[in-house]
Amino acid sequence: MSETFTARWRPAPFLPEADSRDGALVFVVATLCLLACLTAITVLAADRAARGWTNELKGQATVIVRPKAGETPDSAAARAAETLSGVPGVAEVRALEKAKAEALVAPWLGDVADLGDLPVPRLVAVDLDPKAPATAQALDRALKGQGIDAVVDDHSVWTKDIARAGDLARWIGLGVFALIAAAAGAVVAFATRAGLQARHEVVEILHLAGADDMFIARLFQLRFARMAAVAGLFGAGGAAIMAGLLRLAGGGGGLTPVLPIAWTDLLAVLPCPLVAALVAAVAARLTAQGLIRGMVST
Amino acid sequence: MSRNPQAAGAVLTDALRFDDVSMRYGRAPETLKDLTFSLAPGSFHFITGASGAGKSSLLKLIYLAARPSKGLIHLFGQDVTATPPAEYPVLRRRIGVVFQEFRLLDHMSAFDNVALPLRIAGRKPDSYRQDVAELLAWVGLRSRMQALPPTLAGGEKQRLAIARAVVNRPEILLADEPTGNVDQEMSLRILRLFVELNRLGTTVLIATHDQDLVARSGRPVLHLDEGRLTAVTPLSAPLRGPQP
Repeated sequence: MSETFTARWRPAPFLPEADSRDGALVFVVATLCLLACLTAITVLAADRAARGWTNELKGQATVIVRPKAGETPDSAAARAAETLSGVPGVAEVRALEKAKAEALVAPWLGDVADLGDLPVPRLVAVDLDPKAPATAQALDRALKGQGIDAVVDDHSVWTKDIARAGDLARWIGLGVFALIAAAAGAVVAFATRAGLQARHEVVEILHLAGADDMFIARLFQLRFARMAAVAGLFGAGGAAIMAGLLRLAGGGGGLTPVLPIAWTDLLAVLPCPLVAALVAAVAARLTAQGLIRGMVST
Repeated sequence: MSRNPQAAGAVLTDALRFDDVSMRYGRAPETLKDLTFSLAPGSFHFITGASGAGKSSLLKLIYLAARPSKGLIHLFGQDVTATPPAEYPVLRRRIGVVFQEFRLLDHMSAFDNVALPLRIAGRKPDSYRQDVAELLAWVGLRSRMQALPPTLAGGEKQRLAIARAVVNRPEILLADEPTGNVDQEMSLRILRLFVELNRLGTTVLIATHDQDLVARSGRPVLHLDEGRLTAVTPLSAPLRGPQP
């Protein structure tokens, strides 16, 4: 019987496999991973929304036309539209009807339809060529060249604000992500410390059996990296499911226009187990090395 | 298996030498004071003394679990006080240690416990599988290879601890109260194992309270009294043969 055992023997793990604290640690790290993944997906979606809005605004310009003396607002708008349609980089020009112009000022002035003599400026909507859009200066030059009194608004104020908001969202996302990674590292460091203290005797025996500090630190590093990778899988999986449900609930445009989640965004969760394992490995290694060094005198 | 330097005709260096060594824990008074002695390779000694006399501390200095506050310690001719801690593991692999409380890994089988130092040394399982089985048979645990330590009796645990301590064929074997948790019959059986190992060339140093064991063995004694070495029997050529 002993011969059979000897022949079939496979080395046991150096550290005890299960620990009552392991379940709690996996839960905490998995939760942190879930939050990190949701943050990444949210940032991607918000970034997409910001880029979409910016592109929409960049692809259009609005021209406010003021009729000159003896000229009707409609004819002034028509003249401006004709002039702008000939500018290189302009795809389409539409002079907005009087009713639309009045509707635009209604929030401030109320119903002005009865005030026929009120000089409500006419608007001309310009769709720009997305490949080589005309600049606001080019539009302005063309209008001035025809003696048309008009103001060109290329929405640059808004696009800058949206770009700034997009950048801010990215940085906030990155900050939250870094914070979560640091929290995960701290949790693993704490768990490593507790694990080492609980296994003080094992560390001592390994030392006496000839193991060096690096060997023992590596055991703890691998243990916690493996555990974090499993937790990362759970967290990433949970985040992918939640984001997938949001995507399904929102249809093609995402849940809301503010958060247009794409299926490809779910790929952001893929590195999570690896990153979690890496953070845990570094935290466990540094903690274990420091503690083991202090365990030489027993 | 003989590694007796005399038998091999090698130049004799002390296996261990203490030169005016003192040791203290933190700011506490000195636990060991001005110890000077040496052990020849292949010798067999006991360390005796009352509780708190410093026996365990002396062993700790030898197996490099503590550093002296003063003096020089030479292990296998190497000054360990000048050796960086990173090199301790290499020295520790040449020393086997047996404790009164066994210090076995409870999650590992008896076989795994004995194989531990070999695995740490990086040996492939196939290269030591048979050696471990033979060693377990030698200490009388052939039928208990798969057993986990908590299921073993005190004497079995101690024999297992001895097997683990000697599996690497250490040049020095240290034992701290190895018979403290076993009955007299088992004490004699364990002593016989130590004698046998010594016969194969291992330098043996046993710290014990067990005066009966010391008397039965007839081996030289280092006696500690409040951290001072108060009696050293003459250190001559390595002793041979079991005398219990």
